[in-house]
Amino acid sequence: MDANTMKETQAIQVNKKSTKTTHRITGSEAIIRCLIAEGVDILYGYPGGAIMPVYDELYKYQDKIHHVLTRHEQCAAHAAQGYARISGRVGVAMATSGPGATNLITGIADAQIDSTPMVCITGQVFSHLLGSDAFQETDIIGISTPVTKWNHQITKASEIPSVIAKAFYIAKSGRPGPVLIDITKDAQVEEFDFEYEKCTAVRSYNPVPTTNPETVAKAADLINSAKNPMIVWGQGVILAEAENELKAVIEKSGVPAAWTILGASAIPTSHPLNIGMVGMHGNYAPNKLTNECDVLIAIGMRFDDRVTGKLDTYAKQAKIIHFEIDPAEVDKNVKSDIAVLGDAKESLRQLLPLLEEKSYPQWLQKFKDLYAIEFEKVIKNDLYPTKEGLTMGEVLKEINIQTKAEAAIVSDVGQHQMIACRYAEFNTTKSNITSGGLGTMGFALPAAIGAKMAAPDREVVAIIGDGGYQMTIQELGTIFQQRVPVKIVVLNNEFLGMVRQWQQLFFDKRYASTEMTNPDFVAIAKGYFIEAKKVTKRDELKEAVAEMIACDGPYFLEVCVEKEDNVFPMIPAGASVSDVRLS
Amino acid sequence: MEKQLFTVSIYTENNIGLLNRISAIFQRRHINIESLNTSASEIEGVSRFTIVVSVPEEQIKKIIGQIDKQIEVIKAYYHRDEDTIYQESCLFKIKSDLLFEERQIQNIIKESNARIVTVNKEFFVIEKSGKREEIELLYRELSVFGIMQFTRSGRISVTKDEMKISKMLEAFNQ
Repeated sequence: MDANTMKETQAIQVNKKSTKTTHRITGSEAIIRCLIAEGVDILYGYPGGAIMPVYDELYKYQDKIHHVLTRHEQCAAHAAQGYARISGRVGVAMATSGPGATNLITGIADAQIDSTPMVCITGQVFSHLLGSDAFQETDIIGISTPVTKWNHQITKASEIPSVIAKAFYIAKSGRPGPVLIDITKDAQVEEFDFEYEKCTAVRSYNPVPTTNPETVAKAADLINSAKNPMIVWGQGVILAEAENELKAVIEKSGVPAAWTILGASAIPTSHPLNIGMVGMHGNYAPNKLTNECDVLIAIGMRFDDRVTGKLDTYAKQAKIIHFEIDPAEVDKNVKSDIAVLGDAKESLRQLLPLLEEKSYPQWLQKFKDLYAIEFEKVIKNDLYPTKEGLTMGEVLKEINIQTKAEAAIVSDVGQHQMIACRYAEFNTTKSNITSGGLGTMGFALPAAIGAKMAAPDREVVAIIGDGGYQMTIQELGTIFQQRVPVKIVVLNNEFLGMVRQWQQLFFDKRYASTEMTNPDFVAIAKGYFIEAKKVTKRDELKEAVAEMIACDGPYFLEVCVEKEDNVFPMIPAGASVSDVRLS
Repeated sequence: MEKQLFTVSIYTENNIGLLNRISAIFQRRHINIESLNTSASEIEGVSRFTIVVSVPEEQIKKIIGQIDKQIEVIKAYYHRDEDTIYQESCLFKIKSDLLFEERQIQNIIKESNARIVTVNKEFFVIEKSGKREEIELLYRELSVFGIMQFTRSGRISVTKDEMKISKMLEAFNQ
């Protein structure tokens, strides 16, 4: 035996050894074991031809990982979003190729614009059929590219562990977002030596810019020298788990603080320096005073057009400090004077010791005075109505009281969403789950399923309009089958209310296709064996909410509200924040 | 703000879907790509995109931010023409008869520093590298005689300043 032959023989022996120590499994089994290794306990999905080998493995691993069959793939994505939003963990959705994959897209786009960590796994036709218009083949990589943080197609089983590890790392790190992994059927059935290693870095990707202490010091100086400063925080605070740091900064600096819709619940509603919501249907005071403050401190928010109104007239008098993790957001919409790049938690931690202890009693009084005006003109009528018809606001008030502001509120899109975000009271962070950036009707019911399953100890109340409810109403089936004790409140005004409001205000009341002839929602809920009740009068409301909260299982409550109520305050589209209307 | 011509250089991992991802960023903002070239770079396994667009500077900054944040983009830059050395290349296919019948053509080829790539009985092919204006001048001069085919490449460019991509990648490895 010559030297070379000896080497070869040794190599074969080593190989034989390594096949014994590593485990030779199929791509499908590898997918499940990767998910388990990433700590996934629940995933949402819908089977079909090109993903069947993976479902076969899910069957074998059902004691370790719980697959929830939704009634539509879009809802698998939304459920994964709800799961992620309440827990801060990565939500997982799975679908087959073709229509299964395309149905995920709305949820993926929603997760992208709202920075929600999510991994979607789609089956794909055999790799030799790619590009041939095979049955249920669709170019999901091409379709999902603009709405994913990252996506990748796997055609070989051996790629599965490293790609899934990378998917979870990318979805969760830095500014989170959705990742789609498309796996051909041949990769699912192929066998290979499985080994799993978590991903901790990708060389072309810098998830968190390092906070620069000098920039933080400049920001601190500007804040300390301000006369009328104001904070606007966004979801970045929640994603960075920087709630305590933000609270400390607010309390030490004495700066009044407002929030964007996705920032809601990071600081308790009752906090004396919490001055409410900014934006199109935000509170009067913080919108108005955005254009009077001298320093505007934006933390983990991206100056969305629904927040800023007309950019040319947005906080032009103020110096802007922008705490932001994503460099692409800096100066995108609003030019900042100081941009503190980095993770909000770290940046605020560095900021805190540099801040002077201050208070702004006169400035704060201005917020209180404007609140009094808003209360008189809007809030009083919403929360303590004297007219006959029920208001959406009083339903929220009743839920606040009976859940002691401890519920997670999952809202859909439209008037009820704005009312929910304005009036829901929160003691706990990660409690306002809603589709902010994309405005996806149909989001709430499936997202509430995901939220409740991720946080079974919390009360999860879905607040939905009669329009959005009917976009994903089939998920009552999922709730029934999985016995998810989620509380569903439909605020029924028999209109697509927000569109109708715009038609009233800007289109001379031409109610084009906004009136809804609705079915018997209670009968439908009961058809799914879900306890259900309908309220039409004010004196029935308290008891009905009590019955809902007391119920151990899922519960459906329909509240028939005033048909043509409007949501105010309102900044008309394209108007300035200081032109916020009260009627 | 006024539109200007910018050259965008993007160093990326060699990835199939990345071209789509990058071009979508321009498409969303309704920006026409004047030219686009992808090739290997000086670093093994790293690709380089060279894209020319005409946009206001304020906008190109935002676009660079959105390109830079794509996972497989290592680094994106934008440059003005004076910051780069750049060239385009083009090919002309012309009837061979003209080479002998129109003596002027030979002078044009010589004066423009173009090069004859091939000649056969039917046609000959001229290659010219240079600035856009030089290529356009040559086109105008040759079009008098009739051009069978013409094609021009996208711009390729290198910067006068150092790009420091290798250093960035080394820093990652440590």
